[in-house]
Amino acid sequence: MHAAVIVFPGSNCDRDLAVAFERAGARVSMVWHKNTDLPQGVDVVGVPGGFSYGDYLRCGAIAANSPICRSVIAHADKGGYVLGVCNGFQILTETGILPGALLRNAGLKYVCKPVGLKVATSDSAFTQGYAAGSTITVPIAHHDGNYYADAATLERLAAEDRIAFTYTENPNGSARDIAGILSENRRVLGMMPHPERMAEPLQGGTDGAALFTGVMGALERA
Amino acid sequence: MKARVHVMLKSGVLDPQGEAVRHALGSMGFDGVEAVRQGKVIELDLAETDADKAKATVTEMCEKLLANTVIESYSVELA
Repeated sequence: MHAAVIVFPGSNCDRDLAVAFERAGARVSMVWHKNTDLPQGVDVVGVPGGFSYGDYLRCGAIAANSPICRSVIAHADKGGYVLGVCNGFQILTETGILPGALLRNAGLKYVCKPVGLKVATSDSAFTQGYAAGSTITVPIAHHDGNYYADAATLERLAAEDRIAFTYTENPNGSARDIAGILSENRRVLGMMPHPERMAEPLQGGTDGAALFTGVMGALERA
Repeated sequence: MKARVHVMLKSGVLDPQGEAVRHALGSMGFDGVEAVRQGKVIELDLAETDADKAKATVTEMCEKLLANTVIESYSVELA
């Protein structure tokens, strides 16, 4: 299993994400944003959290137009797995791989704390290791995590069971308490909370680990 | 040729920053401010001299990068 973690100027969760993939059994390549191609045979791409390009213009906007992102879009279009966490989620919405956008938190504050997440569906490689309806604890750390999409898109996400996680207590004003969503083929997950920061006991909990072992398991079976 | 792009959150999209500014104005004694929307202005210096071409190019820039049309609307002014 081969995971690629994209590194933008300003990424700061790239190494954590790489460690989480490694612990789940993946070989990890770090890929600089100026590269135009992903390494041969990459199974899953991780788009990490941080402040890519200083969050200039809009969070994720410039990263979404970086050379490597064309390859990430192509990987997703071919049915490859992609995980975008925090700034990575913002980047995936900016590329259009995932619908909607992340607005400034409704309370205007940067929120950094562990939050309760309800696993809204177990029907994806990323969430199959969790029981649907169960609650896990994963930290958030963002200023712009207020998920927005128009009413028709929200309706469609719900009808197609593509809401992956919801907040048990909405910290940022997100529509329908959304913390993470899946692509139409269920192989791209974008989420604001950081599962890679809750993936081993030293981090204070392991609720995020099943997300990484889940996608590795799906790849092994493929 | 210069171009000025105005980017605003679409009406209907909550603007928490505008709301915070409105509250601040109220607490400073500026009564009667019913709504505040905060946007941004982007100024471009272009080598292009043909106004139609410049407008078309800047519009494409807005669609691809300068605005996120999921949440924002934009307008282009040439000078």
